[in-house]
Amino acid sequence: MSILRLPRFVYDEIRAHGEETYPHECCGALLGHPAPEGWRIVASVRADNTRTDSAHNRYQIAPVELVHIQRTARRQGAEIAGFYHSHPDHPPQWSPTDFAEAHWLGSSYVITEVAQGKAGRTNSFLLAGTTEEDKHFEDEAIVMDDESIGAPSA
Amino acid sequence: MNILIPTPLRPFAGGQNVLQVEAGTVGEAIHALTGAHPELRRHLFTPEGKLRAFVNLYLNEDDIRYLPDKENTRVSAADSLSIIPSIAGGSDRRGGRGFGAMQINP
Ligand SMILES: [Zn+2]
Repeated sequence: MSILRLPRFVYDEIRAHGEETYPHECCGALLGHPAPEGWRIVASVRADNTRTDSAHNRYQIAPVELVHIQRTARRQGAEIAGFYHSHPDHPPQWSPTDFAEAHWLGSSYVITEVAQGKAGRTNSFLLAGTTEEDKHFEDEAIVMDDESIGAPSA
Repeated sequence: MNILIPTPLRPFAGGQNVLQVEAGTVGEAIHALTGAHPELRRHLFTPEGKLRAFVNLYLNEDDIRYLPDKENTRVSAADSLSIIPSIAGGSDRRGGRGFGAMQINP
């Protein structure tokens, strides 16, 4: 199982973002560096959820915002390592829509459950595979600083 | 011009995050890119040769799908072309914003 390492302030920030946008889904990007066991995150970048038509159960980041995030990452000498979003009043497991819309192979997709406005569990899934045809999500362990939060919980 | 390669496509672009090509149009730039890195082709295009629906090509700040001349748009050495796969999803939770679909954390 791969490991997503992230600083506590990033972990707190992406969970706070989900509480702020509740009952809508929040979304954003994670910047970091590759390591043999998985991504080492250094920062998160908030993005707007453009799915205002159905923001309680859908999210989308405008491509032009991703262009800006990609430039920011490059300036900082980091890479887009993954993305995060929230599931308002829904478990932190990837959904069929999450899977169908996931195209960043090798990236981490982090999902936080926000129950009645409070951040609950946060899970990470690695989009593994080499093509659209063989892509699949793998459970990933989240490790914060030196402390293990553990594998995704159902 | 510069072409910015997203993280997932770097293994198919010699591990680089930015590549330089000589081109007069967006189409020529993509042609030069896939000529130098043929493995990229199947990640960017369908077997029928159409740009995959989830792949966005941005010339500076503009989606080439919405430029009047699309891939025939002229480019200069100062322009940059960004390849950006889309990001979207959602919980699929049914129902409205009421308490009916609420999950209780044990
Ligand atoms: Zn989701």
